[in-house]
Parts: sequence; C-alpha cells; structure tokens
Amino acid sequence: MDALIQNIINALQWGSFYALIALGYTLVYGVLLLINFAHGDIFMVGAYIAYFAAVFLLGGHGEGLGLPPLLVFGLTVPISMILTAGVGVTLERIAYRPLRRKGAHRLYVVITALMCGLVLENGNLALFGASRKKFPELVDKAVYTFGNVSVTNLKIMVIVAAVLVFLFLHFIVTRTRIGMAMRAISWDRLAIPLMGVPVDTVIVFTFVLGSGMAGLAGILFAMSYPILDPYMGAIIGWKAFIAAVVGGIGDIRGAFVGGFLLGFIEIGVVAFFPSTLRDLFAFTILLVILWIKPTGIFGVARTTKI
Amino acid sequence: MKQRTLTIGLVILFVALAVSAQFGLVDRYIQSVIMLMGVNIILSASLNIINGYMGEFSCGHAAFMCVGAYVSSILSVLLFADNPFLGAPLLPAYLSVVLFPVVALIGGGVAAVSGLLVAIPSFKTRGDYLAIITIAANYIVISAVENLEVIGGPRGFMGMKQVVRAMDSVAKLPWMVIWVALGAWFSVFLIRRFVSSTYGKGAVAINQDEVAAEIMSINTNKIKVAAFMLSSGLAGVAGALFAHQYGYVNAQSFNILKSTECMVMVYLGGMGSLSGSVLSAVLFTLLLEVLRPLQIIKWVIVPLILILLMQFRPEGIMGNRELPDFFPWMRKFYRFK
Amino acid sequence: MALLEIKNLTQRFGGLQAVSDFNLRLEGGELMGLIGPNGAGKTTIFNLVSGFYSPSEGDIVFDGTNTRGLKPHSVTALGVGRTFQNIRLWYDMSVLDNIRLSQHYHLGYNVWDCFLRTPRYMRRERDIDKTAWEMLEAMDLKEFAQERPKNLPYGLQRRVEIARAMSIKPKLLLLDEPAAGLNSADVDGLIKLIRWLKSEFPITIWMIEHQMKVVMSLCTYIKVIDFGASIAEGLPEEVRSNPMVIQAYLGEEAV
Repeated sequence: MDALIQNIINALQWGSFYALIALGYTLVYGVLLLINFAHGDIFMVGAYIAYFAAVFLLGGHGEGLGLPPLLVFGLTVPISMILTAGVGVTLERIAYRPLRRKGAHRLYVVITALMCGLVLENGNLALFGASRKKFPELVDKAVYTFGNVSVTNLKIMVIVAAVLVFLFLHFIVTRTRIGMAMRAISWDRLAIPLMGVPVDTVIVFTFVLGSGMAGLAGILFAMSYPILDPYMGAIIGWKAFIAAVVGGIGDIRGAFVGGFLLGFIEIGVVAFFPSTLRDLFAFTILLVILWIKPTGIFGVARTTKI
Repeated sequence: MKQRTLTIGLVILFVALAVSAQFGLVDRYIQSVIMLMGVNIILSASLNIINGYMGEFSCGHAAFMCVGAYVSSILSVLLFADNPFLGAPLLPAYLSVVLFPVVALIGGGVAAVSGLLVAIPSFKTRGDYLAIITIAANYIVISAVENLEVIGGPRGFMGMKQVVRAMDSVAKLPWMVIWVALGAWFSVFLIRRFVSSTYGKGAVAINQDEVAAEIMSINTNKIKVAAFMLSSGLAGVAGALFAHQYGYVNAQSFNILKSTECMVMVYLGGMGSLSGSVLSAVLFTLLLEVLRPLQIIKWVIVPLILILLMQFRPEGIMGNRELPDFFPWMRKFYRFK
Repeated sequence: MALLEIKNLTQRFGGLQAVSDFNLRLEGGELMGLIGPNGAGKTTIFNLVSGFYSPSEGDIVFDGTNTRGLKPHSVTALGVGRTFQNIRLWYDMSVLDNIRLSQHYHLGYNVWDCFLRTPRYMRRERDIDKTAWEMLEAMDLKEFAQERPKNLPYGLQRRVEIARAMSIKPKLLLLDEPAAGLNSADVDGLIKLIRWLKSEFPITIWMIEHQMKVVMSLCTYIKVIDFGASIAEGLPEEVRSNPMVIQAYLGEEAV
C-alpha cells in the first residue's frame, strides 16, 4: 500500500515534466499544425539557462553575485522562463516564419524544426563540452514522511507547478481574447487574418507560452535530477510529444492527461518489471491507445467533407 | 538501343568500381564511403515512397532497417559463422556467396512484414497521428532488440565479419562493395517500376486526394499495404547490407537519429523525385564525410546547411520532378516509365 | 431488375437525421434529378450510394448487388461513377494520369506483375493507355492530356472530372452539382455535354443540381427532398408547380 502511494507520487512528479513539455508541443501544434520537434531541445536549453543563471547568481568561484540560495531560486525561475521563451521565439522568427511566408510544404517546416533541435543539441555539446553539469542545490531539501511514504518538498513543488500551469493555460485559452484567437487560428488560418486578428502576434505569443513552460520544466527538472547533459531534451521531448498526441494534440487537457498517463505507465512498468523494459511497454501501450482511438483521448476527428 | 544506354553505363560503373576496389585503386576508406552511399540511396529512395509519393509522414524508417539488419545477420551467422550461441556454421562456406542475397532478401521480407505495424494503422490514421505511430514503432523495435539477451541485447550482435571472410575464401573479391552496389541498383529499379506503374501511381493519388482515390476505384488500403511493405522491405535490405558492411550491429545505430537522416535525405532530394533521392543520398553522404574532421561541430554545421537550404529551396533539390525534366537530352537515354 | 433500388434509406450522424426513409428506383436509362434546399441531405445520399458512408438503416441494391459493407472502391467497380460538388481531381498529376488512374477497377495485374513487367502487365498498361486516350478524344480533352488540372480553367476541370468518372465505364453516373461555379456559357456547354453522354453511352444519370435551367432542360424525372425526407417527385413541370417544393425553397410565406 505504501509502495503504491509512493509510486503514485513519483508518477505524478514524472508525469508533471512530461505534461509541462507536452504543453509546448500542443500549443504550437494547435495554432500552426506544426510539430515543433525542436521543443525537447528548448527544454534542454531551459535547464542549461537555469544552470548558468543559478551558478552566476550564487557565485562561489570568486565570480558571480553571491546571493542567498532562496533568492537565487526566486530569480532563476523567471530568468530561465523568459530567456527560454526568447529562444523559442527566435526559432520561430528566423527559421519557421520565413518558410511559412514562402508557402513551403508543411513537412519542410517540420524538418527545419528537427534540424533546429540538432543545432541546439550539438551546438551545446560543442560549446560546453561533453562533461555533465551538476546543478547547484537552491532549495534545502525537506523530506516529509507519512508512515513509509516519503515526499520531498521538491516533488510537491513540481506537481503543484504543473497543476497551476494547467489552470493558468486553461484560463488563457478558454477565457481570454488572445486564447480565443489561438483556437480560431487552428480552425481556419485563411479567414482569421481577415477578421482583423494579428496572426503573427498570436503565433509569437504561443511560442512564448510554450517555450516559457519548457523553461519552467527545465529548471524544475534540473533541481530534481541535478545532472545536465545536452541530449537530455531529445528523449524526454520525443516522449512528451507522443504523450501530447495520445492525449489529443492541440488540446491542453490532452497534453496534461497524456503526460500524466505516460508518467504512470513508466513508473508502473518499472515497479513490476526490469527497468530496461520501460520504453518497450510504455510505447506499446501508447501505440495500442492510438490504434483504438486514432485521434487521441481528447482529439476530435475532423471529418472530411465531400 | 539507346534505352539500354543507362543499363550499360551502370554495368560499366559497377564493374569499374569492383575492379578498382579489387586492385586497391580505391582504398578501404573510400570503399566504405561508397558503400555508405549505396545504403543511403536505398534508405532515401525507399522512404520516398511513403513520405514523398504517398505523402505520409513516417519518422521511424530506421526501425525497419533494424529488423532487416538483425534478421539477416542472425541468419547469416547461423549459416556461415561460428557463434557461441548459434553454434558452428550449418552450411559450407562456398554457399555464402550464393546465399547472401537470399539472406539479405529474407531480412528485407521480415522487415516488410514488420511494416504492417505501421501500414494497418494507416488505414484509419493519417498525417501527424501516423507520424507518432511510426516514432513509437521505432522505439518499440529498438527497445525489443535491446531486451533480447540472446542476440546480444544492448551490447549488439557481431560475427558478420566471419561471413564476409567466408565469401572471401571462395574468391578474393570486394564482396560487400559488390553487394551494396547491386542492392542499391535493385532497390531503385524496383521503386522505379512501382511508382511509374498505374498501380503504384495510386499512392500519388492517395497523396493528392484520398477520398477521390477511393471513390475512383483505387483500393487505397491495398496500395498503402503495398507501399509500406515495399518501403520497409527495402529498408530491411539496406539494414542487412549495413550490418554486413560493418560486421557489427547495435540497436542504437537505428535510433530516431538514423530515421531523421533518412527523412532529411528525402526532403533534401525532393518529395516524389526518385532521382532527387539518389542525388541527395550521394550528396548527404559526401557532406558528412567531408565535414568529418570537424567532429561534433559537424552536427551543428550540417543541420544549419539544411536549414539554409530549406529557406532558399523549400521544395528540395528536385521538387517532385525527375532529372530528365531538367535536362531533356537525358530522355534519349532514360525514360521514366 | 432495376439498376438501382434504394429502400428505406436512413442515415444518422449523432443526433442528426440527415436522410430519413428515402426510397428510389431507377430502371436504367433515366436522367434523374435530385433537388432540394441546402443541407437537405442530397450529397449524403450520393455518399451513401457510392459507399462512402454505411447507411444506418435501409438497403441500396445496385444491379442486383446489395452494397452494404462494400468499400467505395468496390461499389465504384460495380459501375457507379461520380463527380464531386467541389471538384476533386488529383491536381498535381497530368490529365492523362487522372484518367488512367480511375481504371484501377479492372487493373488486372498485381504488384508482382508490376515489379517483373510481365506480359500481362505490359498488355494491361497498353490497354489502360488506349482507353484513356480514347476517353480524352471523346471528351475533347486531348490537347490538355499533359496539363495539370490545377492549371486549367474551372470549366475544363469539370469536364476532366466528368471524363474521369466516365472512364470507369459506369452504368450509373452521379453528378453532384455539375453546374456549380460555371458561367452561363459553360453551363450551356455542360448541358450539351450531358445530353451527348446520355446519347453516346448506355448510362443512367442521376444528378444533384441547383440551377433550374440545367435541371428543367435535362431531367426526365425529378425527386425533391428537404430535411432528409422526400417531399415531392414527378416530371419537371409537375415539380415546378408543386406547393410543397415552393415552400421548401422559399419558405412558409411564399405559398
């Protein structure tokens, strides 16, 4: 019983990361019908930005500011979110938008996104070398124990952050004017500019939201698993993308449900089987879900009209 | 007669290649680059059936390569090599020369069957959802291979060098260069026949309007199965050649990055252009080799080059046209029919 | 035996009853019209007949075969050709290929023939080629054979689409608003074309059309539906003066 609860908490934390990243995929897809394959690497960049920001603010090697850890944490979160959002928007401006303007086939934009991801990954590797970075401890670890179940304050923070982000985005998409514009663009990209909606602004806003959340996921991930390497984003990114699709891509609820589902499946598999089987089981289950419901859990099939 | 010029030219090219490899005119390194080119030609041309002609978005092509590589490797090691798991060779070494193509084709056949993993969902699913299914299939295949301890699990599988040695014992020839060249020719040949037939053009009809295709009497499911099986089968053959070229396979060499390379070659060459696929495979292989001294920076520069290329030529090198469309004099020698 | 017999056809999408209890019998040789206001369910009926939807209730018997459970390509192979409201050609393929590809119904070879280029393959491809050229010739499209439909004017695209439907040698040709989007010269050409088709080939034509000029000058019998149900039928003059029809088109007050 205790083991079960422990695993549920772990799954919630693990799923939170997937959910936060899946969100960026879903937001961009919802607006542009573009699979932004660079998104996993934007998450990685977020973690690295958080690392450099934290190290600089903490100081310690005779350089940096030498601020107290908690203040550093308070500053690092917005810094890495903003800078990561900047990276996402930059990609959109220099790589995706010109292609869109030229009316290139959708898949060429997707390939460009893949290439951007590779540039981020390997550029990072080339710049900072293959040595892994150890993320400094910013928040004193507190362990709360209930019976045999132990929860760290970090885990709680991650889960709470994911839930808050969900509520925030759900509010934006369903209740605000710009959210409405985002949903409208995904339905009809031709008519929307005619209605006076500034499409480019909405797209940039979407990238800000998605990449910002990837930045948040980056810093939270770096704090939970404090070893950074340039390829960390690729595998998590691909998985989060699949999670987004299983949830029903283009739908925020789908990203969260898919993310948590993947978290639960992975932790569940590891609890009962050797951990090498994790990917095999997780992907097989996701594949079966897609076989049964090809548009994902929240996805709506767009019927072809003839 | 002029229609035969292309065939004769290719035969001369192959013989020249084999002879120069035989007498050491091109060294091992260049031989390996040429073989890699051949494998890449098969990969890009076969993926072009799905991602180009049929307009689907398959991101897991390396999975089928993996199936072909492992199946053929196990079979050839079982038949022609000593192996702690599989025991002494079952057949005399001289048969290896005759049976290697069969083994490679069996690898391709099993890969073609595994292509059903993607073909069947494609009846109901299109576009990005199918893309996910292919990515998931890629992960599943790699993960399954890594969990099979019998075939080496994550350590990989080896012993194919012995098979190549067995071929050498029959006659000292650059066998793998010959096989790869033949494999590449065979694949392009089959694909050309497929996509230029009324049958295969059904795939293009599916790409342009699937509803119209079905209502105009094209059995879309059948065409999809044929296209996916042909594509994944040839990827399996490419995997078989790849495995025997290096004498060693590891599931991680068929991960999503390899699939990405395949996609890059297709889109670089142009969707729905067979000559474009061949051309881009050659160029891409050369590019990677030329930039090899840069090590990790290579993997920054290559994507950057591709990003720039997409910006200036968003339809790829050839668009959906073939070489003779650009150079009409070629029609005399080569008709795309 | 009737060519087409539709019995108690009903189609529901979720809560919406798009077609309810529709009946029709075509003996063969008619030029039937199907009219009704927008959203009345006309195209849905065509989609049911061509097998694109499977009916919720009722049966469609074409030429003695119940089409329930058949995929659209098999229904087409029985001899049901059709065109679409919004032209659905394969826009990026030559006109010739458009025509050739619609002969998949009697391809007569399999994928291995196509790899091996067997005599059977060569013979069939030659036949397909010949049939396609004959069709282009007959439809006066020969000079556009190598053009891509996306580069042709709308009126010609319509003609290509009809040629494509005709090249499956249909017994029944379904035309879904063939005059939509055509200018009046094109409409006259279309009327001539359909008359010619009717006299030249042994086909039955069933068409949906809004332009009264087309319907009245071509159709020998007209069926009117509204809200998925049949509200009137008869000869063109009878239908034109039927108060139910006027009400359906123009509203309650007009009567």
